[in-house]
Amino acid sequence: MTLWLANLAIDRWRGRLAPNERHGADATPLALIGETAHGPRIEAVNAAGLGAGAEAGMMLADARALCPQIATAPADPAGDLAFLETFALWAQRWGPWSALDPPDGVLVDVTGVAHLFGGEATLLAEARRLLAGRGLAVRAAIAPTAGAAWALAHFGTCSGREQAILPADEDAAMRLADLPVAALRLDGDVLLVLRRLGLRRIGDLTRIGRDALQRRFRSRHSPAANPLVRLDQLLGRVPEPLLPVMAVEAPLVLRRLLEPLRHRGLLDRVVTELASDMARELEGRGQGARRLELGLWRVDGDVLLRRLELAAATRDPAHMTRLLAEKLGDVEAGFGIELVRLRASWTQPLPLTQSGFEATGEDHGTSLAACMDRLIVRLGEQAVRRPLPHASHLPERAQRWHPPFEAACAVQDELAFHARPLKLLDRAEPITVLYATPDGLPRRFRWRGQLHEVVRAEGPERIAPEWWRERSTARLRDYYRVEDEAGRRYWLYRLGLAGDGRGGMPQWFLHGLCA
Amino acid sequence: MTCLPALPAGCSGASWRPRLAVPARKEEIFASGREACGAALALALACDRLLNPSDEASAPQRDERSWLWVQDRAAMRLGGRPYVPGLPVRLRHRLIHVAAEKPQDALFALEEGLRCLGLAFVIGEIAGNPRALNFTASRRLAVAAERHGVPLFLVRIDAERDPGAARMRWAVQSAASPPPRWNLQAPGVPSWRAELFRARVHRPGEWILRDDGGSLIASVRPAAAPDHDVVAGQSGDRSLAGQAGAK
Repeated sequence: MTLWLANLAIDRWRGRLAPNERHGADATPLALIGETAHGPRIEAVNAAGLGAGAEAGMMLADARALCPQIATAPADPAGDLAFLETFALWAQRWGPWSALDPPDGVLVDVTGVAHLFGGEATLLAEARRLLAGRGLAVRAAIAPTAGAAWALAHFGTCSGREQAILPADEDAAMRLADLPVAALRLDGDVLLVLRRLGLRRIGDLTRIGRDALQRRFRSRHSPAANPLVRLDQLLGRVPEPLLPVMAVEAPLVLRRLLEPLRHRGLLDRVVTELASDMARELEGRGQGARRLELGLWRVDGDVLLRRLELAAATRDPAHMTRLLAEKLGDVEAGFGIELVRLRASWTQPLPLTQSGFEATGEDHGTSLAACMDRLIVRLGEQAVRRPLPHASHLPERAQRWHPPFEAACAVQDELAFHARPLKLLDRAEPITVLYATPDGLPRRFRWRGQLHEVVRAEGPERIAPEWWRERSTARLRDYYRVEDEAGRRYWLYRLGLAGDGRGGMPQWFLHGLCA
Repeated sequence: MTCLPALPAGCSGASWRPRLAVPARKEEIFASGREACGAALALALACDRLLNPSDEASAPQRDERSWLWVQDRAAMRLGGRPYVPGLPVRLRHRLIHVAAEKPQDALFALEEGLRCLGLAFVIGEIAGNPRALNFTASRRLAVAAERHGVPLFLVRIDAERDPGAARMRWAVQSAASPPPRWNLQAPGVPSWRAELFRARVHRPGEWILRDDGGSLIASVRPAAAPDHDVVAGQSGDRSLAGQAGAK
């Protein structure tokens, strides 16, 4: 069902007047004006204004020339949109979900609902009656597709007879053939093209055939610019996804303070109370908070916001208090804080659990999620991470650092016979090595000022550069696993070969420490 | 090289041996920053404890809890970060790593980790003797580890042997590995020379330890340690957590 509020702006303006003024309001011409770069322009006019020659889209100066006594009031497009959103929610009394059709329409899904109201005709009559009671001019229509309902609501009475209901078993193409092409919800320039082509009615489009339309508009992909897509949507041949309007209410608790707070200790107590309020609120909904916003309103008109994300849904007040307290270290109280508000802007379902069985974490330990939260809040997100394997041959790229609860994606494991070091240095350190040129085993090396005599060595394991992401001059690496005279085990590599034409003599690096 | 004779588990004053049934507690391992043997021994001890649980009945069939590895910045600079392909296969997918800027942060992370039930064990690596790691901090960690039953292996890199509250204190360095079966020129299974120089219930001693597929193998060093049998047996073992709880 489409509800088109044809005179939304004017109706809202009239609704704001006092009741005794409402009857006289339509007697004199009135225009709602918006400011443009070229002066005030008329956004909407009432019936008397229309009779006097003013039209929406006209400059106010032109309208004044036609009708000098026209009264003006400022237009309020943002208010109209906000009204439309609440109206869309209100319209869900007739169906399970509704969608906005800006600037002045609402679509309601009434599939399988009409019998509750006594049939589609009764449903439409009730909608008209209720909206007339609210002082809103409405044109409503019911059709199998959103496009057809829109067309009928906006242009259904053009052909003279009332046809607000399109039954599912009737041929939509025939019924709608008489409507003008503007009923297809097309952009202005497309309508201009169609008018120049002499296509005025929807029936004209079906008559010239799909191929011609397809050819003419093949580069237009947006539905509003392609008459063929709109025609298919109208007849239900292609799906048309709509964005439903959902009422979401974030749990919110606040404290107005009698005396502005200036000290941390009192603020902590208020936050503790808010956290327990929030826990009760969340428990009532069976939800847990994933994101919390703490707002502090200061007496001097400043607002401080602190935002907190949790690793898992929680409603433990002590946990929330502890995390929020970490964020309050740098709060400037100024002349005092007069209002504190806590809002859970992201919640997830969290079933009720038995509490009290397991006492506080101080005695019996905390959960992993709580532990990670505390570590992340104190040390930062970059400090608490989990290394996961990554598909790459280069040792330093073969692992990547991820958030602590991210699951590993499937990659091929290292081959079992490739021994890898236990720890890898952040950056491979250059070393001087005595070795048999050109590519013999290392005999002796100096690292961090100390000489190591190599007793046993294994290698080379050659790892070629990844040519698909590195420059062609990148050198290959020959890795050696060595053990020195004291039994210390290292992972060394030689960068390049002598005479590979990619630089001078090969350099040596120490890359990892083996167990 | 002879393997140690089996001793009754947990008997007071007995010599330490692998797979001994011990309650979770804090152990300190002193190692050099030029090698990775400190962390390697910590992992080997943890594996030895995890894969061979003391109580067969209560141990879960498959322990899939995460474990925590905390490093401060100096330790990371000296020895690098853990490298997943080189970790033991059964542990590598469960590691959570904490890179702490300062030793204070590392101590905080260690204590939080010890209080967490979802962690199997905690490894800490702290370089030198920072002022934050005094006896009080050391005792806090030991108490937390015993109270919550999460073992802590604190690796002290290039550190003096200052007074600490650890139940067992090791000094470790690498040892020449046994020759592998196929390539005699290659380094073999990692081996460490570990000296247990301070322990409450065990006789101090020195072993060559080797990680053999998840379980430790100990061989006695030829030079035997002095016998502290009597002293250790008299002092016995008492729970730090129980004492703290009674206060």
